[in-house]
Amino acid sequence: MAEEFLRIENLVKAFGGNTVVKQVNLAFDRGEFITLLGPSGCGKTTILRMIAGFERPTSGSIHVEGKDISPLPPNQRKIGMVFQAYALFPNMNVEDNVGFGLRIANVPVDERRARVDEMLKLIGLPGYGKRFPFEMSGGQQQRVALARALAPKPRMLLLDEPLSALDAKIRVSLRQEIRAIQRDLGITTIFVTHDQEEALSISDRIVVLSAGNVEQFGTPFEVYNKPATRFVAGFVGQLNTLSGTVTDPATRAVAIDGQNVTLPNLPSNAKTGDHVSLTMRPEAIQLANGHVRDVVLDGTVSEVSFLGSVIRLKVNLGQNAIHLDTFNDQHTPPPAHDEKVQITLSGSDILVLGE
Amino acid sequence: MRRGRLWAWIVFILGAAYFLLPLIATIQFSLSIRRGTLSLDAYTNVLQSPDFQQTLVYSFLVGIGAIVVGLLLVVPAAYFVRLRAPQLRPIIEFVTLLPLIIPPIILVFGYIRMYSSSSILPLTNSNIGTNILLTLAYVALALPYMYRAVDTGLRTIDVQTLTEAANILGANTITIMARVIFPNIIVAVLSGAFLTLAIVIGEFTIASLLNRPAFGVYMQNVGANRAFEPAALAVISFVITWAAMGMIQLLARFAPRTAALTD
Amino acid sequence: MSSSTDTANSGGAASVQTGAAPLRSPFAMFSGMRWADVVGVTPFLLFALLFLVVPTFYLVVSAFIGHDGSFTFQNIIDLGTPTIISSFWISIRISVASAALGVVFGLLIALAVIRGRLPSSLRSTLMTFSGVASNFAGIPLAFAFLATLGRLGLITALFKLFGFDIYRAGFNILSFWGLTITYCYFQIPLMILIIAPAIDGLRREWTEAAATLGASTFQFWRYVGLPILWPNLLGTLSLLFANAFGAIATAYALTGSSLNIVPIVLYAQIRGDVLNNPGLGAALALGMIVITAFANIIYLVIRTRAERWLK
Repeated sequence: MAEEFLRIENLVKAFGGNTVVKQVNLAFDRGEFITLLGPSGCGKTTILRMIAGFERPTSGSIHVEGKDISPLPPNQRKIGMVFQAYALFPNMNVEDNVGFGLRIANVPVDERRARVDEMLKLIGLPGYGKRFPFEMSGGQQQRVALARALAPKPRMLLLDEPLSALDAKIRVSLRQEIRAIQRDLGITTIFVTHDQEEALSISDRIVVLSAGNVEQFGTPFEVYNKPATRFVAGFVGQLNTLSGTVTDPATRAVAIDGQNVTLPNLPSNAKTGDHVSLTMRPEAIQLANGHVRDVVLDGTVSEVSFLGSVIRLKVNLGQNAIHLDTFNDQHTPPPAHDEKVQITLSGSDILVLGE
Repeated sequence: MRRGRLWAWIVFILGAAYFLLPLIATIQFSLSIRRGTLSLDAYTNVLQSPDFQQTLVYSFLVGIGAIVVGLLLVVPAAYFVRLRAPQLRPIIEFVTLLPLIIPPIILVFGYIRMYSSSSILPLTNSNIGTNILLTLAYVALALPYMYRAVDTGLRTIDVQTLTEAANILGANTITIMARVIFPNIIVAVLSGAFLTLAIVIGEFTIASLLNRPAFGVYMQNVGANRAFEPAALAVISFVITWAAMGMIQLLARFAPRTAALTD
Repeated sequence: MSSSTDTANSGGAASVQTGAAPLRSPFAMFSGMRWADVVGVTPFLLFALLFLVVPTFYLVVSAFIGHDGSFTFQNIIDLGTPTIISSFWISIRISVASAALGVVFGLLIALAVIRGRLPSSLRSTLMTFSGVASNFAGIPLAFAFLATLGRLGLITALFKLFGFDIYRAGFNILSFWGLTITYCYFQIPLMILIIAPAIDGLRREWTEAAATLGASTFQFWRYVGLPILWPNLLGTLSLLFANAFGAIATAYALTGSSLNIVPIVLYAQIRGDVLNNPGLGAALALGMIVITAFANIIYLVIRTRAERWLK
């Protein structure tokens, strides 16, 4: 049962003449894993820092569990935070780092020690208590940072691009770990990243931001399959974009590099000669190989990448090029360079975005 | 947060007061030689005194000497260490540490003992010899700064590539150093030079123990005998030092750079 | 003159770090070098030898040579007279006092400007000023403080205006505390120059992480900030101590021979052999060398280890 935990109302942040966050309104439920996703400069980190209390909103308010936390300084908000650069205190070992919040809260030594051990077990580093940050790898340090943030039982967890400084492999495994721990503890979490794959794989809901505005707020499925704006369509997941010209609005016919196709999604106000942008996900497109659907296009293979289980192809249609993935078939060799192929897809998978 | 900023301002203002008040006091004192009114008499007394002029010229010349000798020692060394013998760098850097560790009074004491009449190099026997000794002492004092300035200059112009380019075009080492390297590190060299000058002009201990008519010795003399002139001297000395420092800052803007990355 | 302290710092750090080479013959580092490579460095090294290393060494050795030219410890023993011991003691006290004040106030000012959210232009002004002021030691500085806190000085007069005669209350610029306050004029800027990079190294995320964990500003400094800076503070204390111990010109111009610090005793000795004992002068010099070298080495060692720790 969803219960509202965090509410952001009309949040605005301006640095000098530059408005970085423009009128943001959001509400998150207790226990949700929310990701703020967007390119650099979109305001996602600024919003996070305003929730943490490190930046003062220019206007607007932030409410946690019904109360406005804007007047509270960061050290009174009971919020755990994990930073991109780990930020472990270098003069303390793991034990002291993880126990820091508890020491500040005057938790008695025995209880503190027990809690620290519990947290080290949770992050999979039991027995690392006496190690120092400079003796550990990036991934290990980040896990300790997570344990440190969670030890004082905060009511919310904020993560500011925690995986960006790590190797690709560790990034994937660690994000799953973070999600698992979060599920275990049921703690409301806000995760900031510019990596859309990260966002899609672990979030309950995603806030897609661009230039200080919320472009879309929805589940990964919604954001990927029903992008609300052109920005979201292009930023989240791979997207193919083709340009075409309307030939006959009555029959919804559009010409792509001279080839005619019928688009059920063509808007009714289209006129002959209009240029349109057509977008489609790579997985919606297939090599015809005899099984055609309502849209068929002829092209030439210009790039073939054999990635093992997946074959990534680039097919030239003339002025336009299409990227598609196809599964490896042990009995059929992949198409060759310069081979003529037919690609097919369903017309309803094509989104028409105005020029 | 706001209380923190208040404390910061208080600390800063108190600090600024501690550092600015003596300067203001000195200026005020130097203008107070005539009771009841402000006048520049202390300055005219000083500037017109033959001792002032002679010792300032003397120190200036010694300073120039120290700069020239220092450059002749430092530039080839920095160049060779950078290009041909990087293993020697630790030794060189240790050497540049020595003048900062050995107090000047120890240094001059050592010189007096070593280079006096009964030694192999009886420098202290003659005026010229002692002047040379003084100059060399100042070269030693300025060595760390001179080396650091030249080394940074060489690093900024990527001396390795320049040398190779000149080499391919047929130049020998001396030509390269004189015509390619030196002109490009002039700014760094001048920085080191101004720093040396600043050190030399005000120096007292070594000059006094070697009995040289240097500016620092003159200043101490005035301080022992007069009341208001010392303050005027202090102001003049500050101005000279700060002018030298200011030149260095200015020069920093004109430093040529050809290297895209530093070491 | 920030370059000057950077020289000491990075030069020292480099030489100590690269010193940890594997155990081979000490001349192994010279293998592979041609004669021509070394030619450019020779004048430099020769100069260093003749005018830095050997004179110091010569003094050290002379300390062990007696009147008759034979090897003896007598000179060192002669250092044990009350006058000389008291001069060392005064030197140590002044150096400790000015170093401690330099560290405390330099730290406070540097913290105020760098982390106190003051306008950033103040920082560059402070750094430039510190660069110049740290080299202010010497005669003009003494004159300046005479003009400020001397009997006829500006501040003394200002206090008199408010009815407070500091000289009647016992203060005197020509005294231990007068000299210490004067020394602070170059000690504090030197501290600021050295500690500024270390304060920069206190990453903002540490403060923020501590805040999210509930720490107040005081608790941050107590558990994180000061412990991290501590090695630097100790090391700089040592450096400032050495700096003050070896200084003479300011003292000479200010307090003359009324304050018998070691360099002044040595000065008088060199000037006119007032102690009637040339070997003793060398012993005095040896004492100074040992103390300043020791303090400087402490500084360099602490600095190198602190750098490694904060990777």
